[in-house]
Amino acid sequence: MYAFEIERPTTIAAAAAALAHDGAQALGGGQTLIPSLKQRLASPEKLVSLTAIPEMRGVCLSDAGEVCIGGATAHATVAAEAAAHFPALAALASHIGDPAVRNRGTIGGSLANNDPSACYPAAVLGTGATIITNSRSIAADDYFDGMFSTALTEGEIITEVRFPVPQRANYQKFVQPASRFALVGVFVAQYAGGVRVAVTGASEGGVFRWAEAEAALSASFSAAALEGLSVPAEGMIGDLHGTPEYRAHLVKVMTKRAVAAA
Amino acid sequence: MTQVSMTVNGKAVSGVVEGRTLLVDFLRGNLRLTGTHVGCDTSQCGACVVHVDGRAVKACTMFALEAEGAQVRTIEGMANADGSLGVIQQAFQDHHGLQCGFCTPGMVMSAAALLKDNPRPTEAEVRAHLEGNICRCTGYHNIVKAIMAASGQDVAAIAAE
Ligand SMILES: Cc1cc2nc3c(=O)[nH]c(=O)nc-3n(C[C@H](O)[C@H](O)[C@H](O)COP(=O)(O)OP(=O)(O)OC[C@H]3O[C@@H](n4cnc5c(N)ncnc54)[C@H](O)[C@@H]3O)c2cc1C
Ligand code: FES
Ligand code: FES
Repeated sequence: MYAFEIERPTTIAAAAAALAHDGAQALGGGQTLIPSLKQRLASPEKLVSLTAIPEMRGVCLSDAGEVCIGGATAHATVAAEAAAHFPALAALASHIGDPAVRNRGTIGGSLANNDPSACYPAAVLGTGATIITNSRSIAADDYFDGMFSTALTEGEIITEVRFPVPQRANYQKFVQPASRFALVGVFVAQYAGGVRVAVTGASEGGVFRWAEAEAALSASFSAAALEGLSVPAEGMIGDLHGTPEYRAHLVKVMTKRAVAAA
Repeated sequence: MTQVSMTVNGKAVSGVVEGRTLLVDFLRGNLRLTGTHVGCDTSQCGACVVHVDGRAVKACTMFALEAEGAQVRTIEGMANADGSLGVIQQAFQDHHGLQCGFCTPGMVMSAAALLKDNPRPTEAEVRAHLEGNICRCTGYHNIVKAIMAASGQDVAAIAAE
């Protein structure tokens, strides 16, 4: 690692001020950033830790019935505290990585990083959640911008994520056994206004909505409704863990499983 | 360089570290607590697991400065007051839960975190909890057996297939 300083502010305002300086970068749980610092893939002059900010931690229910999660809330906390309000989200959080990763890694860090195989992006896009930053609100449909790329600007902090609670929902993850990320993961959520389906792990464009499946499931919420559909292999990720064709096939299989389990 | 203070295995400690000093390097290098191992340094193997404020974390994936003011427990803090092995450690010995022993500190700390939240886990729960602890010697069966035994359950029936 190159040398840097660490600052641990206790308010969002102080963190935003610290991040306004050139060469400053946010540090969430460090479960992605520390390994990349070790590889010298990043060279910040200063890390601004967000995990000592009480107003950015915890799970609550808003007056509008949304589950609100502080941007620096650890995956393990979401797994425990969102279970009563939004079990599908808690279950997703409880299968990220391993227990030690879940004790440190945060929802804000995961969404800022936008790894194409990460789990939370599927839940955020699959529910049409809202990402709250220190300066604005961003709708899920406007937030994800391809692999490792988002609508966030330099120094912008994810302070909270608000999830509208679906009538029913489920996340199915086909685990890539070495990394424990999703080889393919599908989040399905049913609302009074229709069904949303978001797919992670599969596409070279990062997390995406599968529109045909959404239409079919909005008409009839059953695995059978997906029978005639298929996902083109074009644009899917191909690597030593799976070909584009294999991933395209898995998208449908995992979507069916998610519908059956929802 | 910055001063950092924390409590490690019940003892107040402090040292002067860089921003980039990992918690594991502070424990091993500054405090000479070399029981916590570094197996991969890429956040994958779990050999470096310690408890920070009661939660299992990978000490290779946290900075020492992030543990300012925290209660840290390492494998050196797992023995009984008289120096004899603690319950989990003894069970690892009794059930041959280690061979080379490199993964063992992390295994014991992960097991302790599990048993604190779930005092009588099922075999499946133990295996799921060890997701992030890699052992290249034992094949895991005897580790699982040791943890089940440490929780006071009868392990005669656990198959070693
Ligand atoms: C062994 C292992 C297995 C894993 N398995 C999975 C898995 O199965 N599924 C999965 O989804 N993930 C997995 N992860 C990734 C894990 O969930 C990370 O915690 C997460 O991707 C990053 O969150 P973090 O809080 O650790 O962020 P950090 O590593 O601290 O930061 C990541 C990036 O986000 C920025 N950032 C951090 N917080 C904020 C914020 N609040 N606002 C704006 N920017 C911010 C940082 O500047 C940095 O660029 C795994 C990680 C490991 C090490
Ligand atoms: S040394 Fe920390 S996870 Fe391997
Ligand atoms: S006993 Fe050798 S790595 Fe586990």
